[in-house]
Amino acid sequence: MNVSSVIVDKHGSKIRKDAGTKIFDIIAIIAVSIGALVCVIPFIIMLSGSFSTESEVVRSGYSIIPKGLTLEAYRVVLTSLGNTIGRAYMVTIYVTAVGTFLGLLCSSMGGYVLSRPDFKHRDKVSFFVYFTTLFSGGLIPTYLIVANVLHLNHSLWSVILGGLMSAFNVFLFRNFIKGIPDALMESARIDGAGDFRIYWQIIIPLTKPAMATIGLFTALGYWNNWFTYSLYLITDKDKWGLQYLLYRMLSRVTDAVKGSDVIIIQQLPSETMKLATAMLVTGPVLLFYPFVQRYFVSGLVVGSVKG
Amino acid sequence: MYQVSSDASKALNKKALKRGGKPFADFRAHKTYYFMLIPLFVYFIAFNYLPLFGLYNAFTNYDFSKGILSPFVGLQNFEFLFKGGSDSIIWRLTRNTILYNVAFIVLSNICQIGMAVLLKEITFKKFVKTSQTLMFMPYFVSMVIIGSIIYNLFNFNYGVFNNLFTSLGMEKFDFYRTPWVWPIIIVVVEIWKSLGYGTVIYLASIMGIDESIYEAAYVDGASKWQRIRYVTLPLLKPTVIILLLFAVGGILRGQFDLFWNIVGNNGLLLNATDIIDTYVYRSLTVNFSINLGTAAGLYQSLFGLILILTVNAIFRKFDKENSLF
Repeated sequence: MNVSSVIVDKHGSKIRKDAGTKIFDIIAIIAVSIGALVCVIPFIIMLSGSFSTESEVVRSGYSIIPKGLTLEAYRVVLTSLGNTIGRAYMVTIYVTAVGTFLGLLCSSMGGYVLSRPDFKHRDKVSFFVYFTTLFSGGLIPTYLIVANVLHLNHSLWSVILGGLMSAFNVFLFRNFIKGIPDALMESARIDGAGDFRIYWQIIIPLTKPAMATIGLFTALGYWNNWFTYSLYLITDKDKWGLQYLLYRMLSRVTDAVKGSDVIIIQQLPSETMKLATAMLVTGPVLLFYPFVQRYFVSGLVVGSVKG
Repeated sequence: MYQVSSDASKALNKKALKRGGKPFADFRAHKTYYFMLIPLFVYFIAFNYLPLFGLYNAFTNYDFSKGILSPFVGLQNFEFLFKGGSDSIIWRLTRNTILYNVAFIVLSNICQIGMAVLLKEITFKKFVKTSQTLMFMPYFVSMVIIGSIIYNLFNFNYGVFNNLFTSLGMEKFDFYRTPWVWPIIIVVVEIWKSLGYGTVIYLASIMGIDESIYEAAYVDGASKWQRIRYVTLPLLKPTVIILLLFAVGGILRGQFDLFWNIVGNNGLLLNATDIIDTYVYRSLTVNFSINLGTAAGLYQSLFGLILILTVNAIFRKFDKENSLF
């Protein structure tokens, strides 16, 4: 760095270059700032709306700064809907925890076997898994199997099992485990460890980075899932997860056009209450993600470019 | 190393076969592996292979009370979907799905590459990190939340935009009754949601460029614009091409979550916003037309398979390393 700036100095063009660089830097910083702000402002509007008074929102709409700062919406939501939201929280946490744990276990086990050179049929089994990404029955045939053959409708297992594994995760584990030196496994084998014991005591501790990345993606998928509930758990109110509860509260589109304000005010939960619920639903994720962002970054990079 | 050991195991297996002539020699030697694969097999058979049989319903007139015994009607469902040439359901769905995806792919990638290139040139590291984190935010929230944000921005009574129009003395605008604005809104939302993670991918790729090339350019007196033009962008090209090809392979798969949460079952907007995935979902949950939904799904799967195989053939021709299988 130093050497190069000296050379530039000798040519006597340093000042001109610095001016150009400065202009560039300013433009770059402004452009990036706008991009970042555009990504965040909608959330700020939501947050401020949830702290506004209902009458102010109805009269003059939302804005970035709360109108008539109040915790009223949260108080009403927690007193009138407290039980519902509490139960939805428990459902979502249960589904996320069980699903992520089982998903990691099954995917890593599959990835381990497929990575072993002494497993004769690994190519055939890999294709068996890979084929699912090429061609699928689609939504309706899957629905009919899950509901009519496996009889998982009205059960949270439809949500848990639905997002359990994917070809993508199995192959990520396989490729990660391939990168672990074979000598480690060989020496364990010489010490008398069987195939499962090698997986349990050597592979699992060594795949922690992959576990963290894939686990977080899986957990995010479960947390944000509303779709599976909308297929299999429509009538089971006590089994609604957070996102689906919110989805039902928002059921809006038909009420969103001109002349529908009467319906909104009288029958549906108030606008600020919806926003407060939305913040309660997504708050944990927004507070948590900056701390685990690096795992998502590594997962995205591996998945897109090297996958 | 890999090759040797696999040859060795093959030789061992041959030996085992010769010696005992037992067909399950491999199973005997590696029982544990087979047991460990049980969850994988059960899962993929139940959730991916069994449903393939359900594609049969694309050729029946499905009746909930009869199930698999519903009458076989041949290609009647497809005739219904395809009839009417450019007015046909399938043409509308295919056109919308492909046009939206093309817009998503082109515009999202331009924005992401632009952001990544700028972030690379900014030397104030704290700023780079913070803005990256903020841009990543939309990626982590569910589409339900995004749907609610869109509603709060555009609804007639107190949406942010109508609020703005009123305060500027303009007429309120009824977004939810105006089809032509929704393609724009949907594309912008997709760009917005994917900006953070796409930027991360491209920035990682740019960071992988050999720093000495930049230093050489600096020594030669290249300005920042020139470094972007002659170093970053050309060296980013392979990554861009790979990602674009992947995206083209999935061009018939719609972003169901996005469309359903933003537009939902709003009949006024359907012509401009109905994609294959929303049609299939409505067939199942609104119209209960299992056979038509399955037929549209089968069409999507088959067409999608052809696309993926084509993309893969292109990969194989140009780059053996990156081919998909």
